[in-house]
Amino acid sequence: MLVRMYKLVFLFLLMPLSAMAELSIEITSGVDNPTSIAISPIMMKGGPLAEDISAIVGADLDRSGLFAAMPRANMLSNPRALSEVYYRDWRIVGMQYLVVGSVIRQSDGRLSATFSLVEVAGERALFTHVVKGRDSELRDIAHYISDKVFYTITGIKGAFSTRLAYVTAINEGGRQVFRLMVSDADGARERLMLKSKEPIMSPAWSPDAKELAYVSFETGRPAIFRQRLDNAKREQLTNFKGLNGAPAWSPDGKSMALVLSKDGNPEIYLYRFATKVFTRLTRHFSIDTEPNWMSDGKSLIFTSDRGGSPQVYKLNIVSRKVERLTFNGSYNARPRLAADDRTLVMVHRSQGIFHIASQDLVTGDLRILTQTRLDESPTVAPNGAMLMYATKRGNKGVLAAVSIDAGSRFLLPSRRGDVREPAWSPF
Amino acid sequence: MKFETLKPILACALLSSFLVACSSTPQDSSTSTGANSGSTTLSGNDVSTGSVDDGSLSGSDIDTDGGIETVFYFDFDQSILKPESLAALRIHAQRLIANPVSVRLEGHADERGTREYNMALGERRGSSVREFLVLQGVDASLLEVISYGEERPASLDSTDSSWALNRRVEIK
Repeated sequence: MLVRMYKLVFLFLLMPLSAMAELSIEITSGVDNPTSIAISPIMMKGGPLAEDISAIVGADLDRSGLFAAMPRANMLSNPRALSEVYYRDWRIVGMQYLVVGSVIRQSDGRLSATFSLVEVAGERALFTHVVKGRDSELRDIAHYISDKVFYTITGIKGAFSTRLAYVTAINEGGRQVFRLMVSDADGARERLMLKSKEPIMSPAWSPDAKELAYVSFETGRPAIFRQRLDNAKREQLTNFKGLNGAPAWSPDGKSMALVLSKDGNPEIYLYRFATKVFTRLTRHFSIDTEPNWMSDGKSLIFTSDRGGSPQVYKLNIVSRKVERLTFNGSYNARPRLAADDRTLVMVHRSQGIFHIASQDLVTGDLRILTQTRLDESPTVAPNGAMLMYATKRGNKGVLAAVSIDAGSRFLLPSRRGDVREPAWSPF
Repeated sequence: MKFETLKPILACALLSSFLVACSSTPQDSSTSTGANSGSTTLSGNDVSTGSVDDGSLSGSDIDTDGGIETVFYFDFDQSILKPESLAALRIHAQRLIANPVSVRLEGHADERGTREYNMALGERRGSSVREFLVLQGVDASLLEVISYGEERPASLDSTDSSWALNRRVEIK
C-alpha cells in the first residue's frame, strides 16, 4: 500500500485510508429560520447500500446552515417515490420540502438513483432526476443529490461535491510528521497526498481541481511542487535560495503566481508553465507575499507591508499598477476573493486577536466573521456561500467554517494532531 | 536541529546554579530530543533524561559552537537584533572568519499572523543575523538564510512565553 518514492517522503495514490479519517463535522450554529426539509430514506431494492445516501444528503444540507433536515425517527412515513407521498404526513410536521428516491442496480452492474424534490405546500414535485454511478461512488451520488436540491431551493450552486485539501501535523515519536490530505467537502474519504518529516505548506488547487501545488521542505529548504491527484505524479517547480512560497494557479491554469526572495527580499513572480520563465511582478524592499488571482486573470491581490504594516494590495499584471485595498486596522493579510470578485476575505487583527474578516470591495464595509482566535488561512467555497479557515481549539489546530453572512458555523475537529491550511477546491 | 530546544535548557541549567529560579522552562514535550547531550545536574522535573558524568556542571558537548549561544530571539513582529545577542554573534563571526564553514541561519516566527507572511518574517530575522555577520567580516557566501516561518516552533503552547521562544534564528 505504501510506495517509497522519495527519501523520507511517501507518496500515495488517491487511496482511501478510512482508519485515518480524522475529520468529523460539528455544527455550532445555523441561521434562525432554516428551511425545513425531510430526506426520506433512499434505499436499493433487493440489497443494502454501503452508504446511507439520505443521511449524507441531510448532513450536507444541515452543514450549509440554511436547512434543518428532519431526523428520520420523526418521519411518519418513508415514501420511496412520488406515488407513495402522503402530503398530510409532511404538512402536519411542518416540512417545507421533501426528497424521495430509490436506487436500482442496472444490468451493467452500475447503480441508478432516481430522486424527486417535493414542495409540500404546493403538493407538487419540483423535479425528478436520475444519477448513475459505481458502488464506490455512492457518496458522490449523495453529494450530487444535495447539490441539485440546494440549487433548486436556494438558487445557489451547491458545493457539496467539491473537495478540501489541508495539512496535518501530528507528533509521532517526538517529531512532527506533516501530511498533505485531500477529503470530500464534508471531511469524509480522506486521502493522503504527501507525507514528510519536514514541513508542508500552502496547498493550492489547480483551476481544473486535478492538481495541487504546495510548498515542501523535504529538500532542506522550501520548494514549490505540483502534484496530480489521480496518479500522484509530481514535479518540483522551484529550487531557489530563500523563500519559494505561496503558489497560486492562474484562472486559466497556464501560469502560477508565487513568491521568491532570490533577489534579496520577498517579491511576487509569475511563472509560466509553457516557457518555464519566472517574471518578477513586484519591486519593493518590503515584504510582498500571498498572491491570489482576480477571476479575470489580469490582476492579483497580495499582502505587503510597504505601508508600514501588512495590508492587502491589488496589482495589475500588465500595467504593474499597485493599489491598496485595506485601510482598517494594522494587520490585514492573506487575501482571498469570493468568485464574485467583490467579497475579499482575509486575516484581520482586531485588538490583538487574529480573526477572519470580509470586506466588500465596492462599499468598503469590513465585517469580522469569526469568534475564535488565532484564525488564519481563509478559503472560500467556489459558490461563495461559505468559507473555511484554520483556528485553535485548546492548543490544537482545527478547521472551522462560517457562512459568508456569518449566520452559520461548523467545526471539523480532528481526532489527533493539528489540522491547518484548508484549501477549498474549485467546482 | 539537535540543540534547538536544548539550548535554553542548558542555559537555564547553567544559570540555575547561580540563580534561585529559572522561570521560562520549556514544556517537557519539547525537551525530549537530544537527550544524550548536555548532561547536567538539573534537579527540576522538566528534563527527565541526561545522566551525570562526574557530578560537575560542564555543558561540554556543544562542540559545534563551543558553548556559544546559537539561538537568538526577537521581539514580536521585529527583525532587529537584540543588544544581548551581539556579543555571541561577534564570537560566531570571529570563528567563521578563522574557520570558514558553511552555516544555515534558520529564521522562525511565532504562530500569530499568516503562514506565508511569517515565512517572510523568519527570513528577515535570518537576514538580520546574516548582515551582522557579514559586517563583522564573514564571507557572505558561507551564510544561507532558510526561513521556517511558524512551521517549526520550539515550544507548542499558545502563550506569550512560548511565542518568545519561537521568534528566533538558529545558527546551524
